[in-house]
Amino acid sequence: MTINLHAIDCDVHPTVPGMKALLPYLDDYWRDSVEERGIGSLESISYPPNSPLTARDEWRGTGGLAGTDVTQLSETVFGRFGSSLAICNCLYGVQLVFAEDMARAFTRALNDWIVKEWLDKDARLRASIVVPLQNIEYAVDEIERCASDRRFVQVLVLAMEEAPLGRRSNWPVYAAAERHGLPLGVHAGSAYRHPVTSLGWPSYYIEDYAAQAQGFQSQLTSLIAEGVFAKFPSLKVVLMESGVTWLPGFLWRFSKFWRGLRTEVPWVDRPPDEIVRDHVRLTVQPFDVPEDSEAAERAIEHLRSDDILLFASDYPHWQFDGDEAMPKAIPRALYRKILVDNPLATYPRLKEAVR
Amino acid sequence: MAKHVVAAVAEITPGGRKLVDVKGRPIVVFNLGGEFFALSNRCPHRGGSLCHGKLVGLVESSTPGEYRYSRRGEIIRCPWHSWEFDIRTGKSWCDPARLRIRHYPVSVEAGAQLVEGPYVAETFPVTVEDDYVVVEI
Repeated sequence: MTINLHAIDCDVHPTVPGMKALLPYLDDYWRDSVEERGIGSLESISYPPNSPLTARDEWRGTGGLAGTDVTQLSETVFGRFGSSLAICNCLYGVQLVFAEDMARAFTRALNDWIVKEWLDKDARLRASIVVPLQNIEYAVDEIERCASDRRFVQVLVLAMEEAPLGRRSNWPVYAAAERHGLPLGVHAGSAYRHPVTSLGWPSYYIEDYAAQAQGFQSQLTSLIAEGVFAKFPSLKVVLMESGVTWLPGFLWRFSKFWRGLRTEVPWVDRPPDEIVRDHVRLTVQPFDVPEDSEAAERAIEHLRSDDILLFASDYPHWQFDGDEAMPKAIPRALYRKILVDNPLATYPRLKEAVR
Repeated sequence: MAKHVVAAVAEITPGGRKLVDVKGRPIVVFNLGGEFFALSNRCPHRGGSLCHGKLVGLVESSTPGEYRYSRRGEIIRCPWHSWEFDIRTGKSWCDPARLRIRHYPVSVEAGAQLVEGPYVAETFPVTVEDDYVVVEI
């Protein structure tokens, strides 16, 4: 298939309408278990269904959910936003399930559901493999099971899951991802194994959502300090829905302290900000800056790289109004890179669609 | 460039160091197994006093989990922010091209030679029987 590339939307969210939708993709034991136990849904409080952030009103359908319909998603993302390809990152709460075997059954069902209900229905859709980090062996098995379908272009985890992502027990997942040319996508969200702030549990949703940026920071620190990029030099990590502009200040601090503390982690043999510019990419919705163009320009300058931003609408999350999904802060001169070149350089499998 | 006698060799034992003042400049002299090195005492980062830092080895790694430790006692860490500097070259580990400590030529001279001049013996008497550390500035 040849696609005339206008834009690649690196973060859209198909919504599982409820466990019922996954029943056909479960084996008999789990299908009966879901019914017997009355597991109706796995929605996560990372995106409470009625929160304005979770979906723009105009996209909500019956039951108030958005992103449940492939036609509507395609019309919006490809029609109104003008993209040519889009990567589906399903955030259904399989990470919240603590039992490893159940998590394995549900992630398998979820990935099969994505193939049948989304990828098979629109050739412009791609998807991330959702993995059960509850059990690393299962997570690797799931990558191996799905990776032969070239429409899977990434491995998806949440910003806050079982343990810091750099921990070496997770490394088989990165080895598998690297072997198959799949970046590791880290999306805002939590499995709620731990408080979403390092201080303890917060009281309000606003605290949870704001704390995601600190979650991303700690994950970057962990991935670099533990040596993930030294061990897996081809691995790319994509931070999705991170807010982006916290990055320069954080990198300044991290790189500064690396100078005095690098002897603890001698495999980190160059400044962390360089490692980030080589290995880490960020999607542009939301992009936390005022619309004042001077402040926006400075924020972009501070990233000190034209290669690290990837276009994303974050559909159906309500990050902007109208059809202009690119944040106003982004200068036009960078559009081509952010819309097309950077996503193609990040996701090797996307190139197969445009040969 | 003038040569300045800054210490008797016996004063700075191997692994030791001495802070000296040469024409108002604080200079730290290290003895690495009999070889002497003279460096400005001012850390090029924020001016920490290097002679108060810890002498350590060089840790390197080619893969996570591996600690390759060599050159024990040849790296000085600034006491303020722990940045590492190579005593032999004055270069920092974190940014060797741009960040280095000023390095001065240093030699060991026999007292007999020094008494004849033209060297400047600063604050202590030189005797013909001993050897001395001489820094060139």
